[in-house]
Amino acid sequence: MEKSKSSIKQLFMEKIIYVVLLVLIIAVICIEPRFLSITNFKNILAQSATRIIIALAAGMVLMVRGCDLSTGRMIGLAAVISASLLQTTTYAYRMYPNLAELPVIVPLLLVMAICAVLGMISGICVAVLKVPPIIATLAMQLCLYGASSIYFDREPYGAQPIGGITSKLTDMCIRSVKIGPIQIPYLIIIAAIIVAVMWVLWNKTKFGKYMYAIGGNPEAAQVSGVNVVKIQVMVYALAAVMYAVAAVLEVGRIGSASNTTGNGYEMDAIAACVVGGVSMSGGIGSVGGIVIGVLIFTVINYGLSFIGVNMYWQYIVKGLIIVFAVIIDMRKYAKRK
Amino acid sequence: MLSEYVLEMRNITKTFPGVKALDDVTLKVRHGTVHSLMGENGAGKSTLMKCLFGIYGLDSGEIILEGEKVSFAGPVDALRSHVSMVHQELNQVLDRNIMENVWLGRFPMKGLFVDHQKMYQDTKEIFDDLQIPVDPRAKTGSLQVAQRQMVEIAKAVSYDSKVIVMDEPTSSLTENEVEHLFHIIGRLRERGVSIIYISHKMEEILRISDDVTVMRDGRWVATKPKEELTSEKIIQMMVGRELKERYPKRDTKSGEVILKVENLSSLTPAFKDVNFELRKGEILGISGLVGAGRTEVLETMFGIRAKGSGTITFRGKTVENKTPQEAMKNGFAMLTEERRQNGIFADLSVSFNCIIANLDIYKKHGLLNNALIDKEVQETIEKIHVKTSSPKEKIGNLSGGNQQKVILGRWLLTNPEILLLDEPTRGIDVGAKYEIYQLMNELVAEGKSIIMVSSEMPELFGVCDRIMVMSNGHFSGIFDAKEVTQYQIMEASAKFI
Repeated sequence: MEKSKSSIKQLFMEKIIYVVLLVLIIAVICIEPRFLSITNFKNILAQSATRIIIALAAGMVLMVRGCDLSTGRMIGLAAVISASLLQTTTYAYRMYPNLAELPVIVPLLLVMAICAVLGMISGICVAVLKVPPIIATLAMQLCLYGASSIYFDREPYGAQPIGGITSKLTDMCIRSVKIGPIQIPYLIIIAAIIVAVMWVLWNKTKFGKYMYAIGGNPEAAQVSGVNVVKIQVMVYALAAVMYAVAAVLEVGRIGSASNTTGNGYEMDAIAACVVGGVSMSGGIGSVGGIVIGVLIFTVINYGLSFIGVNMYWQYIVKGLIIVFAVIIDMRKYAKRK
Repeated sequence: MLSEYVLEMRNITKTFPGVKALDDVTLKVRHGTVHSLMGENGAGKSTLMKCLFGIYGLDSGEIILEGEKVSFAGPVDALRSHVSMVHQELNQVLDRNIMENVWLGRFPMKGLFVDHQKMYQDTKEIFDDLQIPVDPRAKTGSLQVAQRQMVEIAKAVSYDSKVIVMDEPTSSLTENEVEHLFHIIGRLRERGVSIIYISHKMEEILRISDDVTVMRDGRWVATKPKEELTSEKIIQMMVGRELKERYPKRDTKSGEVILKVENLSSLTPAFKDVNFELRKGEILGISGLVGAGRTEVLETMFGIRAKGSGTITFRGKTVENKTPQEAMKNGFAMLTEERRQNGIFADLSVSFNCIIANLDIYKKHGLLNNALIDKEVQETIEKIHVKTSSPKEKIGNLSGGNQQKVILGRWLLTNPEILLLDEPTRGIDVGAKYEIYQLMNELVAEGKSIIMVSSEMPELFGVCDRIMVMSNGHFSGIFDAKEVTQYQIMEASAKFI
């Protein structure tokens, strides 16, 4: 009896994050029963889509005892570059007036490559040159903001959002496909594919196991023949590539880009990871947890707005949830029995 | 009427999910005696002490201190009742001076201010009484581990302790320092303080104990006065079976020279010009004092430490072993000395810890095959007798001996030719040691070769074919283990000092 009670308690502690999500949803439904509709849930998922991709990327970095503060600005840079190459030929304020209309894949691959190099630079600073991750990526963040602003704010049109994005991209990010009786937004499908790929990468590949190993004990990993430097650099680079993908999707979703695109995304991503059970000291975390972490924040955003809670109050709720999640997490690993 | 015992722990039972950690254990400590607590790792010694200090609650049983039933809420509460503990890992504020560490949390005050003068005098008095030659104003971090431990004992005394628990106090002390510690323990005993002494070291136990309690698998086995005990008897009680020999027999012969190390020097001045050969199926021991450069030689051979000059020739081919990956590819494996620091992934599972060095063979179409992993892990666990509730158990929850076996298993899975073992049996109990020796014998019987660094002389004599001695970073001799004496080894160890 005693044992089953304690194991229920343990299970409760382990799954507390799901409980939080459930309680939140139920609370919103109780206040406003109309919340319970397929459309709303679809919207929540669609709004979460790019955030999930970003959080998974940031989560990988956290997993190897890193931390990436350059997330938002990296997305900003990728967004302005890709947007500038994806303007329709009929749009009046084109950045490159003589550019032929490119297939979406070309700018996408280009920004993925650019970000991969930038991520590698962060990774090399951290893994090879031993710069503390917060400092290395803070420096990267500043440089990226400067770079994207220089690219963005120039003659002849100056600092105005890069608009007129080709419908080939915007359609993909706004439209949906009919599967069975319901319309599923493409964004959700794209995010689902990336989540699946990430799950396999984290759980089924050598790379994933090495990520856990480095986060768990870098010295032991080194001695066990793990190329710690290589894996760390790869993690930063891969995260940056995912930021690039997210950036292009953001451009499509919003329909424009500027040098403020992506501002502050790193904090949202880290917060979602923390709430989703990723340890700030590395080595602990799961893809599922991060997805739920993102959903919790989106539900707060969407749900609380839906029942008419003031924006400012939403910030307070968010803050409390972060602290609450970490307290629970700490208790889970507390020694006292 | 005072009872004969200062502390009685009666019929203590403590269960964790899935394991009965303590089962009806009784410990009775007489006034002014040293009472040793012995048992293999995982026998329940630490758990019993945690129960005493209220870190764990009791399922049943009671604790009687000087005739009164007590139940401490935690170490601080215990201190107030004059029961204290000197930990294996010292919790001290290294940046503050010694007297502040001693009186932390109860500084003597003069009005609103801390009375440093009184603090100094009180500390000095205790130090003088115990003959601890340390200035109370010195910065704690500047002290040697041994001195810091003395400070910790003095702190226990400052709380007017009647019972002091010492957990493996000599594990990082030199012989002289151990003598000093025993001297202090003697003085404490004269003052009527009782000591609960936890250690694996048989010689120490037999020297300083009045009584010895032996535990096994969470149960009380026996409490006997020292006069009735010998180390064989204690080992027998601890292991529960008769260990006729502490070292298993081996009748394999070593073959041809397989590895040649010539003029090996480290990039840092750790060691210079080390030369030796290793034969197929041989166990070569490396002896020497702490700081002789033994670990560094192994680390350089495995690519953890940069090589300055010299060559390593394996099967006639020169190998560089610049990184652990390269060394592993060349058929080397290394068990490191600091298990916690660079051996285990404490928060991850036994299974993960077992396979991490060897993921390539589990790949199927680029992905890891869980079924294959589970099968191999299960086989390894069985082969090397790891005691764990499940392969999914966190390795941090296993005893030291079992952790060590898992890491050894990790390296066996890589199928190495040369195993470099750095203090493979440090801090693990007699039974687990025996099993590790047996495993080593099996390995050399299969034609693998082992280089083992050890600080335990009897172990080197019991296990190795030859013993190489290092002294202060220099090679100072290599001997046949059957012919050399301990005296010769010690002499060689001191050659370059």
